[in-house]
Amino acid sequence: MKILIIEDEPKTGEYLRQGLTEASFTVDLLQTGVDGLHAALGGEHDLVILDVMLPGMDGWDVMRNLRKQGSQVPVLFLTARDQVEDRIKGLELGADDYLVKPFSFAELLARVRTILRRGKSGAEETSFRVADLELDLLRRRVSRGGKRIDLTSKEFGLLELLMRRQGEVLPRSLIASQVWDMNFDSDTNVIEVAVRRLRSKIDDPFEPKLLQTVRGMGYVLETPLSNP
Amino acid sequence: MTQRFSLTTRLTLFYTLASAAVLLGLGWVTSSAMNKHFEDLDRGTLQDKILLIQEVSAKASSKQDLQERLREVLHSHEGLIVTVQSNGKRLYATAELKIPNEFLREVGEDPQTQTMLSWLNDEGHQYRALSALVPTPVQQDELLTVWVALDTKLHDHFETHFQMTLVIYVILATLCSGVFGWIAANRGLAPLRIMRSRAQAVTSNKLGARMPVDAVPLEMADLASTLNDMLDRLQDDFRRLSEFSSDLAHELRTPISNLLTETQVTLSAKRSNDDYQDVLASNSEELQRLARMVSDMLFLAKTEHGLSLPSREVIEVATEVQALFDFYEALASEKGIRLEMTGAGTVSGDRLMLRRALSNLLSNALRHAAPQSAVTIQIETPDNTTEIRVINHGTNISPEMLPRLFDRFFRVDKSRAHPQSDGTGLGLAITRAILKAHGGVIAVSSESGTTCFSLRFPKTGAYATPPQG
Repeated sequence: MKILIIEDEPKTGEYLRQGLTEASFTVDLLQTGVDGLHAALGGEHDLVILDVMLPGMDGWDVMRNLRKQGSQVPVLFLTARDQVEDRIKGLELGADDYLVKPFSFAELLARVRTILRRGKSGAEETSFRVADLELDLLRRRVSRGGKRIDLTSKEFGLLELLMRRQGEVLPRSLIASQVWDMNFDSDTNVIEVAVRRLRSKIDDPFEPKLLQTVRGMGYVLETPLSNP
Repeated sequence: MTQRFSLTTRLTLFYTLASAAVLLGLGWVTSSAMNKHFEDLDRGTLQDKILLIQEVSAKASSKQDLQERLREVLHSHEGLIVTVQSNGKRLYATAELKIPNEFLREVGEDPQTQTMLSWLNDEGHQYRALSALVPTPVQQDELLTVWVALDTKLHDHFETHFQMTLVIYVILATLCSGVFGWIAANRGLAPLRIMRSRAQAVTSNKLGARMPVDAVPLEMADLASTLNDMLDRLQDDFRRLSEFSSDLAHELRTPISNLLTETQVTLSAKRSNDDYQDVLASNSEELQRLARMVSDMLFLAKTEHGLSLPSREVIEVATEVQALFDFYEALASEKGIRLEMTGAGTVSGDRLMLRRALSNLLSNALRHAAPQSAVTIQIETPDNTTEIRVINHGTNISPEMLPRLFDRFFRVDKSRAHPQSDGTGLGLAITRAILKAHGGVIAVSSESGTTCFSLRFPKTGAYATPPQG
């Protein structure tokens, strides 16, 4: 997966490149709108991360030109101004998503993966599996090692999200928004408690532990490889 | 391009024009009254003369005698011209008189009602004349035709003089009233100049200056107090804005200094990977809190300035509360707290904002509720309004703290000894701002272990915007 970052702030750009590279994406980083537009029109990228405030040709112009010249590459734009008009403008110009600075990297990564996953789902998956933990969407059933586990509906929703996006670190804000539809900075203690309760059901009686806390980032559900 | 005149110039001009019009009118009335007066006077004189001639004619014994008598009574009268004709022939004349032809046939009407004839002769003298048919014993069957005319040059002279005086007076008086008008306008507008100098004194660091409401005339007092109200609002906004920035700077200082210290201390010695990881994770948490604070501040600023109610719809409060209960359920049950809801109602507003306001209150209530108690949300609809009460049982908030609860960054627990509380100190301020944006009010009471936040929203139909969807 190849990602193009158009960002003039050197530090932001460099860290984004590093972070995304370490998340095993191939990353190109360009500093100006003109270069960025040219590269994006090359058609070899799966996603463009576009800063709105660029010197010379700004992000809006890049996006407008990109769409005018027929490129349908997904665009995620970054803005420092949390204005409704800005968001609407970006989405109207054909952007796929936006993030307001300051954002957490975990959030960005989660959004990037969401966009890249879009449109290539094919048949919707109905069951997920991580190690010996299984979740069956149709029968709304969860089991681990063949043992059935009873979950409340919100716990089920939380586990479904974690399993759908297994291996990804999910920030608390994303979990609050996806599972409970709390689209604002809410009390993150709630997520901690909810995760703890879920953990007590799916992890505590079993080995290995699958639901892990990544400090300062969020939570991830995966089969632990390195440390048994 | 239109020329802009000063108010003083305009007032002076209006005043001058008005007094000129009045004076001219007065002049016209006076001079036409005088004209009329002289006309009456002339008519009287002419009628007298005709009577005299009638008398003399009645007494005359012969033509000769008549002429003699006429000469006697008429000769010394300045400006008077009398012509007596008999059968078209002149019998007697004091001077040559040429009567315009068009008047000749009017002879014979009663002198009392006869229209006075008036004409200008070749030299420009105005004449007024009356005519009469006079019987006389001298000519038995025949009536004498008598023309009595008066040269009006005497009072013409007076009239011209008087009119000149009048014109000069009118001009001078107009000029004078112009000057008076200017002085009056200038003095009358003095309060405006005072207000201007007051206004000049207002700057961003001296917003305290006010217009002198008592020292200006009534009409301007209104304007002055309106301006004062505006200044009050500006001062208030400005104060809030500067408090806002100083609050922000203040609140940011502590976490930034923590981050700085932590990072520098970590860098000052060689440490294990685990230590570095710890520091970075803790920094990340602190930074997330900072980011949240900044976005909360921005949200607060936007909401407080009434810039945004992003959308408006009719919201079933119970549905929102239930969603929030779902969210907080895990936290509550861990503390052994029951979440209860009674009643139902609707609110017209923005769903996300309402949810956020209630979420803040619920989160607070859960934090301060005693274990094994209940947190209750009551929804009621008194008088078409919708009231939502969030009630928890625990320790009282002391009464002197209550009014300040909604201030930005106000924390009951100053020491920040709650490590688990990752709030930004803006929750209640945001809640109040949201209520305000919806035209609602928020109140709090805390007595005998029960703390109750009550939100009162105006009635659903109070806004013109129809519900969407």
